Amino acid sequence: MKILVCISVVPDTTTKVKFIDGKEFDKAGVQWIINPWDELALTRALELKEASAGKIEKITVVNVGAVEAEATIRKALAMGADEAIRINTTAKDTFSVAGEISEAIKDQGFDVIFSGIESSDFNGVGVGGMIAEILDIQSVSAVSGIDFADDVFKVKRDIDGGFEMLEVKAPFVATVQKGIAIDPRIPNMRGIMMAKKKPLNVVESANCEPLSEYVQYEMPKPKPPVKLVENAAELVNVLHNEAKML
Amino acid sequence: MDFNFTEEQIMIRDAARDFAQRELIEDVIERDAKALYPTKHVKRLAELGFLGMMTSEKYDGGGMDTISYVLAMEEISKVDSSVSVIMSVCNSLVNWGLETFANEEQKEKYLKPLARGEKIGAFLLSEPEAGSDATKQHTLAVDKGDYYLLNGTKNWITNGDSAHTYLVIAHTHPDKGHRGINAFIVDKDTPGITVGPHEDKMGMRSSDTHSVMFNDVKVPKENRIGEDGFGFKFAMKTLDGGRIGIAAQALGIASGAMERAIAYSKERKAFGKPIAEHQSVAFKIADMAVKIENARNLILKAAWLKDQHEPYGYASALAKYYAAEIAMEVTTEAVQILGGYGYTKEYHVERLMREAKLTQIYEGTSEIQQIVISRTLLR
Repeated sequence: MKILVCISVVPDTTTKVKFIDGKEFDKAGVQWIINPWDELALTRALELKEASAGKIEKITVVNVGAVEAEATIRKALAMGADEAIRINTTAKDTFSVAGEISEAIKDQGFDVIFSGIESSDFNGVGVGGMIAEILDIQSVSAVSGIDFADDVFKVKRDIDGGFEMLEVKAPFVATVQKGIAIDPRIPNMRGIMMAKKKPLNVVESANCEPLSEYVQYEMPKPKPPVKLVENAAELVNVLHNEAKML
Repeated sequence: MDFNFTEEQIMIRDAARDFAQRELIEDVIERDAKALYPTKHVKRLAELGFLGMMTSEKYDGGGMDTISYVLAMEEISKVDSSVSVIMSVCNSLVNWGLETFANEEQKEKYLKPLARGEKIGAFLLSEPEAGSDATKQHTLAVDKGDYYLLNGTKNWITNGDSAHTYLVIAHTHPDKGHRGINAFIVDKDTPGITVGPHEDKMGMRSSDTHSVMFNDVKVPKENRIGEDGFGFKFAMKTLDGGRIGIAAQALGIASGAMERAIAYSKERKAFGKPIAEHQSVAFKIADMAVKIENARNLILKAAWLKDQHEPYGYASALAKYYAAEIAMEVTTEAVQILGGYGYTKEYHVERLMREAKLTQIYEGTSEIQQIVISRTLLR
């Protein structure tokens, strides 16, 4: 059994986002990390493999990105992934990323494909579902837990007011969210040493055309400063006369 | 000259940072207040491979270079030097000493489990009456044919209770001065060893510091490290490398304090603006940054020399002396910037200030570093 984890390489979550003329994200000085949801997905995939008594044989990570992404991809290898695939092109939109990944892995027989629910940069929230559609396999969204026992994957989905448990047969795509793993795995020294020795296969782009184009970026308006009030009477006054909420 | 770190070095730094900022931070104040040993964190140090990170892969270590070790020590020390000192003793003193000077049988038996983090080591040099002057060892190891009979007391021993393997420095021939000193590997559970009470320290309160008493302890002959009389050289050579670790610890304490001072000074307002915009605070931050960068460069140079197998005793003395001194200065200023909050335990900087003090004292006081530096220049 083989698991594929799709990883985006995104700016560190503490990055001060800037744009060049509102048209282009300014990458100067940016630290790049594995998208946090993908990192949790990879962590859970590794846990499943370790607990599977050899039934899950391999964890592969895939990224659509230029050569600069390789340092971050190798972190995934250091965490414990067995191999990596980098699709040699720049991510353009959700559809083109899903298309590139589907084309690159369609004949590789992955049983489960993990995708983070969204990337923390463009927040497209669509790659996982689109891969399932393109490959014509099942898709389970908003997965907050997954277990593997007796050759069956048991999947937990958060729903309004509770959660549901599903049994899913491979192959399928799981679009995972927070809760899938407690904390992202920290690579150990041995993993870091091994990372360079593991395969990082570069495949050429299938030239999947995007369906959308980014036209303009705008920064959100700065939040107004916090106003501290001393007592309840003043709070009522502020809410009534300044915020016009009462 | 290349100031760039390798991909692996960056990954190690980030792993140490994640470990410190996610895991150590959770209970660091409580462990300091109650002087609780960081049992679960030491287990994690082992799992992550930090306890044996500089030991070569041949002996089950991580095979990392000294620069990687410095980066990891700095990140962990930003949060908790009680944990980084455990890592430092294991890497710089015990494991390095064994890998460099022990024989193959000793490495197989003792180094491998230490490098895997399954066992913890301690380095027993200081005595009640032999600190900086390490030639005045009162602990005696008398040659009894098949074994040495060890008697004496060691003081200020980091990992004194938690360690499984002791490296003990003792006199075998007091009449020969420092040439009559030997180093021994001693299993802590050997009959005749008594561990004294936990020292109630000013800082690094979560690490276990003890005196250790030896009363007719039989040490097998094969546990002596090196030729007869090699012990003083063993201790001095090992401490050269130890200084790099403690310098990196001091650097982490300083940079951790500066990071907290910067964050606080941007948030805290006085006279209508963030205190960071007051020149008196901004200039303090600038002074901190210069000192920290200078310390970092000295330490990285010493680490680089060690990795190049060049002499590094002088460079490590410069690094340890300067980093410890500026750690004290920077943490004191950080407390000043945080004002009343800085004086409370919740805001960490008072603890960093207490931790900084020890870096001026242990593994060679600042004054000993001054001796090493000046003697090198004046001889």
